[in-house]
Amino acid sequence: MKGCEIVVEALLREKVEVMFGYPGGMIMDVFDVLYGSPIRFILTRHEQGAAHAADGYARATGRVGVCIATSGPGATNLVTGLATAYMDSVPVVAITGQVPTPMIGNDAFQEADIVGITRPITKHNFLVSTVEELPRILREAFHIASTGRPGPVLIDLPKDIQKAETDARMPEKVEIRGYKPTYAGHPQQVRRAGAEIARAKRPVIYAGGGVISSGAERELKALAVKAGIPVTTTLLGLGAFPETHALSLGMLGMHGTVYANYAMMESDLIVAVGARFDDRVTGKLAAFAPNARIIHIDIDPASVQKNVKVHIPIIGDVRNVLGQLNEIARKGDTGEWLKRVAAWKREHPLAYSRKDGLKPQFVIETMRELTKGEAIVATDVGQHQMWAAQYCRPVRPRTFLTSGGLGTMGYGFPAALGAQAAFPDRLVVVISGDGSFQMNIQELATAVENDLPVKVLVLNNGYLGMVRQWQQLFYKGRYASTCLARDARCPTICDGKAKKCPPYVPDFLKVAEAYGAAGIRVEREREVAPALREAFRIRKPVVAEFIVAREENVFPMVPAGAAMQEMIKGIDLA
Amino acid sequence: MKHTISVLVENKFGVLARIAGLFSGRGYNIDSLSVAETMDPSVSQMTIVAQGEDRIIEQITKQLNKLVDVIKVQDYAGEEYIERELVLVKTHTTSETRAEVMQIVGIFRGKIVDVDRASVTVELTGTEDKIDALLNLLKPFGIRELVRTGKIAIAR
Repeated sequence: MKGCEIVVEALLREKVEVMFGYPGGMIMDVFDVLYGSPIRFILTRHEQGAAHAADGYARATGRVGVCIATSGPGATNLVTGLATAYMDSVPVVAITGQVPTPMIGNDAFQEADIVGITRPITKHNFLVSTVEELPRILREAFHIASTGRPGPVLIDLPKDIQKAETDARMPEKVEIRGYKPTYAGHPQQVRRAGAEIARAKRPVIYAGGGVISSGAERELKALAVKAGIPVTTTLLGLGAFPETHALSLGMLGMHGTVYANYAMMESDLIVAVGARFDDRVTGKLAAFAPNARIIHIDIDPASVQKNVKVHIPIIGDVRNVLGQLNEIARKGDTGEWLKRVAAWKREHPLAYSRKDGLKPQFVIETMRELTKGEAIVATDVGQHQMWAAQYCRPVRPRTFLTSGGLGTMGYGFPAALGAQAAFPDRLVVVISGDGSFQMNIQELATAVENDLPVKVLVLNNGYLGMVRQWQQLFYKGRYASTCLARDARCPTICDGKAKKCPPYVPDFLKVAEAYGAAGIRVEREREVAPALREAFRIRKPVVAEFIVAREENVFPMVPAGAAMQEMIKGIDLA
Repeated sequence: MKHTISVLVENKFGVLARIAGLFSGRGYNIDSLSVAETMDPSVSQMTIVAQGEDRIIEQITKQLNKLVDVIKVQDYAGEEYIERELVLVKTHTTSETRAEVMQIVGIFRGKIVDVDRASVTVELTGTEDKIDALLNLLKPFGIRELVRTGKIAIAR
């Protein structure tokens, strides 16, 4: 068998049903075998789109997403997508072509040291140096990507090896002596955790993306209900615990709910589950949850004791450990605490004013009502992402896809295409902004051609809104390069005379039309629901543009570096 | 505090880059690093000396362990172990000072491995302290060139 045939055989063996990519000179042999194979191939319009689509597919399904590109620029274009998947622990396998082995290091045409470039942004990567090791490497790549703390793995495959013949077979078992994740929690640590939970008066569960990776949503709910503990989730944990549940506190952190942040700060026990105490979650570390003891359950030992001091670390697969914990967990004396938390929820609900134009939050709330939380939502990055995190209120895991760690603008749309490819019959909605959407807008062609009818809701405020919000709050309102309507005739420093603002570029409806997608523009509240219904009804990709209040801000907000209780709560509805 | 960390790794190309990249990418400093094959040619042994608070060292060992090509990590802090370093030092000498230099080297059980009219080259193995002590004594004569291997260590 030739190297290129081994690649496709391995993909079939791993039950890869769809993959995303872009051809080029140094990967043509593999494409030649893919042509006519049972694997559905989706040609994106940029390799970054392929990497995000593979990521979106993986997040929506829990299976490994696969993308493929040629050497040099093809490979470097995957970089942002791989870094995104790495930061959020998403299982992706990327295959890149490489110049023939004898030419490596000679600065050949379209040569890049992609193994060197992606070393810090992949869980592991391989440069295949002989065809004999190719079957083993392919097997190991899928194994490493999908086990332990998941992550992206890249295989760099020189052209001569794609053409070389070998008798080497796919190994049955994977045996890597340096890679043995711990799956079961240490029984003694679990017992200690159980005792802490029973003793706690003010416990809170802080659940992250690890709950979703390990498929532990049932175990999480069982623990919360059994022990009477409220649950807050991180951005990546959204959907791990149903937000419609009485014990749900929604998201915590910089743009989290007031009650989630209060609960964390006032707690005497934090049960961290598959979360990593990111700076967007903890705020100022020195002031974080001063009276809390911390149980930290995570499969990655390096996540534990990294940012905060943990009293009871439990290394293991979240689902296993929660299962072990549920066997012994007892309800503590948390009645008073739950009353306090419920009072905070009543006193400080998420809120926004509906005065002064169409509000982006209203669009998302309406979408949530119409879809009853059944849609798969992918977001881009910025204000709209935070509003989506606040108002989508997902009830199921793997229905909220967002770039949390890296914060990659341009992620949402291609990720949604990956999710739609996995679930052709489900409603997939992208919540994007006019800034983010333009970072991968070319994938409209991919959506239309491949019959991936995702609905892109562009919340158009004419600004790079999140940066503008920071400029308003922390940079004296100097909107440096965040106004997307600005043109060459504008004064160097904007004088705010809105009457003379140049027209907005581009016309999203015409863009949609040019690609063969449907376009809808909405400017008033009463048009929102009918427009969304129409968008969901149409059997093709839709770009629905909502002209929203330009300077709406995301609140609550914990300023960067501030303690969690130093929240800007936002508007007073009274 | 200085920590001596022993790391067993797959003897594959790129592994050194992974380790070095981990240190630079996460802002950790390496004081010294030595690498060579073990009895098993598929495995290499690295001895890394790094400085930092306990929390940093704990992160370093955990991050090293996370690398797929790393087989075993052992921090020797608090353990019984033997450490050695080798130095080659070329010291300026004259006919008047040569005897004194040789005498100092003799006290340290070092070896003179090369000599010419204006210099002697000394080889010494020992702990870091011992090597520093020799270098201090040789400094007044004028050290022309100096090469140290970095530390290697083995558990008792």
